[in-house]
Amino acid sequence: MTEVAMQRGLVRHEGRLATMAAAAVVVGAAFMTIGLRGDLAFVIELRALRLAAMVLVGVAVAVSTVVFQTVCANRIITPSIMGLDSLYVFCQTALVFSLSGFGFAGIDPRLHFLGNFTVMTSLALALFLPMLRRRFDLTLMLLTGVVLGVLFRSLTTLLARLLDPNDFAVLQGAVFASFNTVEPGLLLLAGVITVAGVAIAWRARHVLDVLALGTDTAIGLGVAWRGTAAGLLVLVAALVSASTALVGPMAFLGLLVVSLTERIVGTNRHAILLPAAAFTAIIVLVGGQTILQHALGGEGSLGIVVEFAGGIVFLAILFAGGRR
Amino acid sequence: MIEIAGVSLALGGSRILDNVSLTVPKGGVTALVGPNGAGKSSLLSLIARLRPLQSGRITVDGLPVDTTPSRQLAKIMAILRQDPGVVSRLRVVELVGFGRFPHHRGRLTAEDREIIAASLEQFDLSDLALRFIDTLSGGQRQRALVAMTFCQGTDYILLDEPLNNLDMFHARNLMRTLRRIADEHGKTVLIVLHDINHAASYADRVVAMKDGAVVAMGETGDVIRPDILESIFGFSMRVENVAGRLTVLHHA
Repeated sequence: MTEVAMQRGLVRHEGRLATMAAAAVVVGAAFMTIGLRGDLAFVIELRALRLAAMVLVGVAVAVSTVVFQTVCANRIITPSIMGLDSLYVFCQTALVFSLSGFGFAGIDPRLHFLGNFTVMTSLALALFLPMLRRRFDLTLMLLTGVVLGVLFRSLTTLLARLLDPNDFAVLQGAVFASFNTVEPGLLLLAGVITVAGVAIAWRARHVLDVLALGTDTAIGLGVAWRGTAAGLLVLVAALVSASTALVGPMAFLGLLVVSLTERIVGTNRHAILLPAAAFTAIIVLVGGQTILQHALGGEGSLGIVVEFAGGIVFLAILFAGGRR
Repeated sequence: MIEIAGVSLALGGSRILDNVSLTVPKGGVTALVGPNGAGKSSLLSLIARLRPLQSGRITVDGLPVDTTPSRQLAKIMAILRQDPGVVSRLRVVELVGFGRFPHHRGRLTAEDREIIAASLEQFDLSDLALRFIDTLSGGQRQRALVAMTFCQGTDYILLDEPLNNLDMFHARNLMRTLRRIADEHGKTVLIVLHDINHAASYADRVVAMKDGAVVAMGETGDVIRPDILESIFGFSMRVENVAGRLTVLHHA
């Protein structure tokens, strides 16, 4: 009897997942086809590039947020709330500062990306692993994230003031979230990293289920906690640097997407949660962009809309009692 | 056999365990008793490698807990901590099923499913199998956690105050189950107990701790004595033989 009911539960989750996948495809098709005019080849190429960037960013942000929240065993903090994004902006500023805008623009985008990735990964490990090992509680984690965010932002501001206006313009181009200026060379590299990261997260889905039970229970069930957590944090840093390198920081997108997804699928099993969160992110990003472009006249910024909605969701979760 | 030699633990400058050495032989039920803050739970977490070992040495079946791969240990030793906290949106049968994780690391086999069903039956949870954990009462949740620990199917079972939240019926049921798996399946049970009478009735051996040190250990009858109990808990109490069972009259 229980077997049958469990199966039914599974089928329900999988049905919802299929619906979400279909919705993501429909939204993608709408983005590609609504209001096509002018030089078709050019428009389609441009849109395909943007669509690819949004799909990559959506998937990377969704998967990294789910994994990060599971490793930290709570559903409020996300990589960007913990200051990873402001760390990225700080890295760029420091680079422009030390190399000048000309030198910065001259760096091979792939080399630049790999450099960012290394710095973000090592700092993420240096900052978060000790915190996790000492079992910081939610309040302390959030506080640490806020303090780190402020620290990196203040350092950024300090360096930015010392820049000359031309360098500053170069920096602005590099750190503002925008889907309109996607570097085709980066798209491939970010795509490879995202695909590899998602494959690793998918392979780890059962371990993630166990990690979600809490550190002690996970160790008791034979998860080598320290190594696993460190590996997953590297994975998160890789995905975050892939998405920030493509479009810039998106602070609340992950939180918005994951909390929406949890309510829609009603399960914490990562075999469902990971793909469902990725589909939600694609629907939010691509759908939002389509609506902005065609229904609202085209000049709004998707980044701002997502931040606004995500910020409201963040407050709502905090007020609802900070579920862990 | 669990061997603990010269284990000390300091947290935030205060000494939790002070040079503890003891041996828990294979088989039987060993109860860890002592007042709050005696270091019982800390000792249990060190044995179960939930905390890094600061000094000394602990082996389970000859395997050092600090260097043996976690997965290998998970097949011989299961631990249930006090109030481990459970995530939402998880059904009882799924939680209990996690006990099989060290064996399959992914998809459940038919054998796993049988063991899960048997554990649910064992702990009176079959009717609750499809309920979400966060809709259960404290006692029901505790039973689900104990069932998960059993489901792991290990030779060594470490339980930290598993009787918390359990009513008389289920507390007795759990202690009898522990007794039975120790007697019939040769399992080794190490259990932290607050109710001294549960230790007196069901344990083969008792280890008494106070202030981070072992005060007494041995056969239950040798440790459950008025003088030893008074030295641990700080007040005098009578120990009587009631219907063939040692009974501590600590309310008198």
